[in-house]
Amino acid sequence: MHELPQQLANGLILGSMYGLIAIGYTMVYGIVQLINFAHGEIFMTGGFGALSTWLALPSGTSIWLALPLMLIGGILTAVLIAMAAERFAYRPLRNAPRLAPLITAIGLSLALQQAVWAWYPNAKDARTFPQIPGGPFNISSYISIQPADIFLLVAAPLSMLILGTFVRKTRTGRAMQATAQDPDTAKLMGINTDRIIVVAFALGAAFAAVAAVSHGLRYGQVDYQMGFIAGLKAFTAAVLGGIGNIYGAMLGGLVLGLAEALATAYIADVPGMHQLGGGSWADVWAFVLLIVVLLVRPQGLLGERVADRA
Amino acid sequence: MRHRSLVVLCATVAAGALTLTACGSRGSDNKANGDSSSGGTAVTIGVDAPISGDLSALGLGIRNSVDLAVKQANAQKIVPGVTFKIKALDDQAQPSSGQQNATQLVADKSVLGVVGPLNSGVAQSMQKVFDDAHLVEVSPANTNPTLTQGENYASGNKVRPFKSYFRTATTDAIQGPFGADYAYNDAKKTKVFLVDDKQTYGVGLVAAFKGEFTKLGGKVVGQDHVNTKQKDFSSVITKIKSSGADIVYYGGQYPEAGPLSGQLKKTGAKIPVMGGDGMKDDKYIQLANNLADGDLTTSVGAPVESLDSAKKFVADYQAGGYSDPYAAYGGYSYDSAWAIVQAVKAVVDANGGKVPSDARAKIVDAMSKVSFDGVTGKVSFDEYGDATNKQLTVYVVKNNKWAVAKTGTFTG
Repeated sequence: MHELPQQLANGLILGSMYGLIAIGYTMVYGIVQLINFAHGEIFMTGGFGALSTWLALPSGTSIWLALPLMLIGGILTAVLIAMAAERFAYRPLRNAPRLAPLITAIGLSLALQQAVWAWYPNAKDARTFPQIPGGPFNISSYISIQPADIFLLVAAPLSMLILGTFVRKTRTGRAMQATAQDPDTAKLMGINTDRIIVVAFALGAAFAAVAAVSHGLRYGQVDYQMGFIAGLKAFTAAVLGGIGNIYGAMLGGLVLGLAEALATAYIADVPGMHQLGGGSWADVWAFVLLIVVLLVRPQGLLGERVADRA
Repeated sequence: MRHRSLVVLCATVAAGALTLTACGSRGSDNKANGDSSSGGTAVTIGVDAPISGDLSALGLGIRNSVDLAVKQANAQKIVPGVTFKIKALDDQAQPSSGQQNATQLVADKSVLGVVGPLNSGVAQSMQKVFDDAHLVEVSPANTNPTLTQGENYASGNKVRPFKSYFRTATTDAIQGPFGADYAYNDAKKTKVFLVDDKQTYGVGLVAAFKGEFTKLGGKVVGQDHVNTKQKDFSSVITKIKSSGADIVYYGGQYPEAGPLSGQLKKTGAKIPVMGGDGMKDDKYIQLANNLADGDLTTSVGAPVESLDSAKKFVADYQAGGYSDPYAAYGGYSYDSAWAIVQAVKAVVDANGGKVPSDARAKIVDAMSKVSFDGVTGKVSFDEYGDATNKQLTVYVVKNNKWAVAKTGTFTG
């Protein structure tokens, strides 16, 4: 059992990243009931935005100085692309049948992938991402974590806190809640719902960009396909936590991350399950968990707190 | 690159449309086509490799090396009256794309031989298509033994499944044990953790390694599988560390092996990762964030740079102005293409200087008799279509560069 603490830590770290991306799915869904399948690619462009910032800095710049700039660069890129996507791909379809924007989202996701593949220099292979120097930190004899993990473990709760405060305390945040509850009434009350929708897309993209920077730091690379799997997992996390609920997205991410880590480590040890364990089956068990949760609670883990939707 | 596949698509559509319209006036059209190639009969050598995607570094090396061979064959007029052309298709390392490409190459009557593919899994999807059309296929990189020796090769029951399939690369049945021998006897490792990517190549390689390693007295302390395109290996790494392994053997390609090694080293573990030829690329070291020092791979053949016969190839390749390196399989790709050229020559010579109407089937027969001194040494094929040259090299990462650790032949 001496692996358990480390596997739990692995799961929490991975889950935090899923949660950060999942916020984007859940916010957009909460407000316009659109599953933005291009969000995984928004995440990817955030990673490339941060990489471009790093490449634009003079070589030899300290990573500690560069990291905030990379975050800003990544967030700016992702937010601009998300806002452009909202304006040119989704807004014209605002009143179209629900399937039309969904298909548009899938198309947009492919278009973004191929655009990076074709035009970003040397993006046909994975591009290496700058690393935070410094060895692993041994918290106890059982757990060791990387500097990149610490970045994520700080960034994820902080982002959550900022978002929670924003949604509850600011005028825009309350306007978002109102729009989520009833867009037509919100409009009658003088809320500019078009602006609120743009804000939802932009916020989701910003958190995705933070996740993308941590992805780059953690795995040492970004590539044009990284948004697909990460996006799928984050979408699962959002549904698991109750889509439309921002806290649910983070909780769903954590549960998914833990489920994957534990499935890798322990399923193979269950008698008779040897064939179904190990790293390659982690995804399968994550989705089994999703199905079980949805059977028992179709609205997701935190799905009932409709008032908190934003 | 995108434009190229678009062009290929448009060309295919256009060709299809032309074929349809040609139905009415077949005779005159064919004549016109024949006249257009004034340098004699045009013979196309097909290439199938992952030209885009994660493995493009290897795929582009294959395509460019074949291109070089074709240019030199034309310049030296190896086969009088025949001008060679190259038709390169991208399989993106996907078996389904490989099969589509195979169908496309078979449909092009001017294609008399194909070099490729890179991946054993892709080869499986193509073999039958080529064999049905009697079109010869020479792979510079496939190492899975079942491709030439059948499903039950390990039990000694070797049956060649496809007569038209040849390869210039050595098989994993030799590569795996050669690696195990080095790990146990030279590197003095006794406890291995096995990881594979569930692909034809990776699983076969790990099985071959495991067999020899345990036979020598080594112990397998754990085994796990990963998915291709996986990015996060933290759980597998935790298992590796708690298993007490002193070496990790990875069956698969560098896009997963590199990050796996990098993430393992970042946790502070000093466990080297060993693998096969699919890992032997400079990109591996990059993807491991330059933490790969001490990692090992086996690769087929002697290092291209060290062979006298290869010096000319390296110089010509550099003079050819290719923007991508020839990578791990450049020399083998050149030899594969050259073998096809030689087989075409034998068939044309036997037919009085003309390409016979059943050239494809005759080239398959001629291929088994091909023998010449190529870039990588003597090139000829045994009764299964495997290369007779069974040399292998162990490489180790030193100061973020691959260095030769040992060259030899595995004798069992």
